[in-house]
Amino acid sequence: MNVPQNLRYNTSHEWVLVDGDVATIGISDHAQEELTDVVFVELPPVGKTVDAGDPTAVVESVKAASDIYAPISGEIVEVNDGVEAEPALVNTDPYGAGWIFKLRIKDVSQLEKLLDAAGYEAMIG
Amino acid sequence: MVPFAGWNMPVQYTSIMDEHAAVRTAAGIFDISHMGQFLVSGAEAVVWLNRVLASNVSKLEPGQGQYSFLLNESGGVIDDLIVYRTGPDDFFLVVNASMIDVDFQWMSRHLDCDAVLLNESNQWAGMAVQGPESAEAFAKVLPNRELPPRNGIARYTTDEGEIVVCRTGYTGEDGFEFFSSANEGETWFRAFVDAGVKPCGLGARDTLRLEMCYPLNGSDLSPERTPLEAGLGFFVDLEKDGFIGQATLKKQKSEGLTQRLAAIAYTGKGAPPRAHYPVLDTTGKVISELSSGVLSPTLGQGIGLAYLPLELAKPGTELLIDVRGRHFPAQVVKKPFYKPVTKKP
Repeated sequence: MNVPQNLRYNTSHEWVLVDGDVATIGISDHAQEELTDVVFVELPPVGKTVDAGDPTAVVESVKAASDIYAPISGEIVEVNDGVEAEPALVNTDPYGAGWIFKLRIKDVSQLEKLLDAAGYEAMIG
Repeated sequence: MVPFAGWNMPVQYTSIMDEHAAVRTAAGIFDISHMGQFLVSGAEAVVWLNRVLASNVSKLEPGQGQYSFLLNESGGVIDDLIVYRTGPDDFFLVVNASMIDVDFQWMSRHLDCDAVLLNESNQWAGMAVQGPESAEAFAKVLPNRELPPRNGIARYTTDEGEIVVCRTGYTGEDGFEFFSSANEGETWFRAFVDAGVKPCGLGARDTLRLEMCYPLNGSDLSPERTPLEAGLGFFVDLEKDGFIGQATLKKQKSEGLTQRLAAIAYTGKGAPPRAHYPVLDTTGKVISELSSGVLSPTLGQGIGLAYLPLELAKPGTELLIDVRGRHFPAQVVKKPFYKPVTKKP
């Protein structure tokens, strides 16, 4: 299972990459494997403000629709049109081309509450 | 694994897409041990079955089977099933897992003549081998036995005990359903897997059947809907002597239906349609809800079924499907959504 060291993780299986005041969010390799065959991604509107824990995007496999939660609060500044056009990117490249949305971080201290790679690895055991 | 009618069943072994593709292009195997088996025998077995089932079992020769229904007094569907004639006075019925007890009680309650009804559901393991290469798999596993013809049934005694082979299925592809003693089920399942057949779960079973517009009881069929409304009148013999539910069906037939189960497909890309999503007319008014819905793995397109007012249940009618507040354009299309490439025997 691929769990990159440089990312933070939410217990609901989103990953967060911090670059300045912008966080990129996607779902973990473990999550994409559990969901299998992503066939549709519903993206949030750019400009929307979300709180940590808000359902923000939807990733759908053939069997079910799964909410993707905002791991931290902020304003959506960019969404990945690539996964809208080619949802399978979430499966094939979950930490790269399969990212889902970016938000401008409202409160940096919320990052402290997220898991590091070791913590996430222990959680998915 | 998910709970299903009192069983733990896999939604998928590897991936719904892969399993679906295996059945459309090669062969897949489904564990259907959860399904129920009833035996009916006796001098008046034909007379009695013709009273409790909507099809006409006297049209069956020994060795043949037909799709049928148990209807309530108002013509609504209690269960859909397959009835096979195994001898002049002997029948083998395969019913839905969730309805075994309900069906058995209903049939027992209406048993008033010289026939015996046995529930053997716990004694049989079952598996469905489906796909264009299923006959080859059968020949590998049982080289000295023959597959029955389409819709047929054969019983064989093997070193592993008695087996029942039915040339039927729920995918639209050639294939067979195979029943053995519960103890030998795993051995047979592994034998077919070793012959190159891919294990498939409930997820692919649902996508495959929906591409064919085969109904799922509890979703597309219900005690409030008749087989005529479900578009399955072909499997009902309205002209035979009295059967339960006949009066309502005859009335519907003569007065005309008000609703009909229609096949609906997205006209473009969209979020996968699922059961209970609202169906809207083009003005945005809710007119129904999907009874089933899925993203068709073969067509790459959202497909579903819904009961619609008769005037709208015609191919070409434009509709909208509401997915979490977003409206995706769709239209009524001819059934089925998909026609298998390989001809059945």
